[in-house]
Amino acid sequence: MLRVEEVSCVRGGREVFTDLSLAVATGESLLVRGPNGVGKSSLLRMIAGLLPCASGRVRFEGTLALADEHPALDPGRRLREALALWSRVDGADEERIDSALSRFGLAPLVDVPVRMLSTGQRKRALLARTAASGAELWLLDEPGNGLDAASLSVLGAEMDRHLSGGGAIIVASHLDLPHGFTRSIDLAMFAS
Amino acid sequence: MRGWWPFVARDLRLAWSGGGLWLPLVFLLLVASLYPFAVGPDARLMAATGGGMLWIAALLAALLPVERLIAPDAQAGVFDQLLVRGKSDEMIALAKMTAHWIGFGPPLMLAALPASALLKLDGGLVARLEIGLALGTPALAALGVLVAALTSGLRSAGALAGLLALPLAIPVLIFGAGALHPGSDAALKFLAAISLLLVAITPIAAGAAMRAARE
Repeated sequence: MLRVEEVSCVRGGREVFTDLSLAVATGESLLVRGPNGVGKSSLLRMIAGLLPCASGRVRFEGTLALADEHPALDPGRRLREALALWSRVDGADEERIDSALSRFGLAPLVDVPVRMLSTGQRKRALLARTAASGAELWLLDEPGNGLDAASLSVLGAEMDRHLSGGGAIIVASHLDLPHGFTRSIDLAMFAS
Repeated sequence: MRGWWPFVARDLRLAWSGGGLWLPLVFLLLVASLYPFAVGPDARLMAATGGGMLWIAALLAALLPVERLIAPDAQAGVFDQLLVRGKSDEMIALAKMTAHWIGFGPPLMLAALPASALLKLDGGLVARLEIGLALGTPALAALGVLVAALTSGLRSAGALAGLLALPLAIPVLIFGAGALHPGSDAALKFLAAISLLLVAITPIAAGAAMRAARE
């Protein structure tokens, strides 16, 4: 599904990692590990096409969903409406949003303005958007940050469900997640 | 182009709930009601200068929300989410321009009617002003989005945006105000040409600026 071929990343004139190659097929999940500043988020943004590769190339065909630290939810709007914008942009069924919200335990909060939500609740909303997107490849940047134990296990269950449905997942995280990853790479090995 | 309209509608709703749609209206009426106090209530002077003054107010009203057009969405990751859904920067800029124009063009044209009455402009002049605004406000909306994209993420972006926009806005002002005189159809045609040019290049130029700012 995804092939990353000899990719290098340069940020602010500094080479962060070089010659990184990896491949992810359907039904696989990849954990990207490494200390802060090793380029985990940059790698996800390169795969998402938001950041150009300094060299090498990313080959990907399909749809992807990105959940990073930017909420992209309008703070003044109610949670359900803020999420519904994205399913309208996707042209997706809005019922998927409702079921994802209830799986992540957000059903009682659908009428609360986004700015009133806690950090963990906002994170769960992002993950619910990702789960409802119907995208084939999920890119999750530190999905466990701010989540309590119950939400972490929901996340693990959602990831298993996505993989068994023929999806693929790439996670950048320094926390342990309740999910058996197919593979993991340590980005520090590619640091220059 | 799928997913374009929900995004435009969302921008309009944000402008509406934030009071942004009233801003150009109130601004124009404020300027029009203050103007006679500043220059004296001389009907002849009003008729000669009032239309041009309304054009200046329209231009400044277009630049009022520049800091809110691009930067907040870029910071909140809204553009990232659109891009991973396969939308292009150019499409985002086009949607921003459309929403900005709907949010300030028609309200401004509406506000120009009571403002003209406050300045005692005659009917023919008001008609030419409205035609000019209909042709010129898309150019002003395009300009607003263009400088917002260029200055997004910079410190004191508002001041810089004004400085960048003013030279580009001068042709719009010259031909807009020039079209107020009877029999000045050529000025209207020039205004339409400038408007077309700015509306055509803004999605491309603003899209390139947004792409460059992301790296």
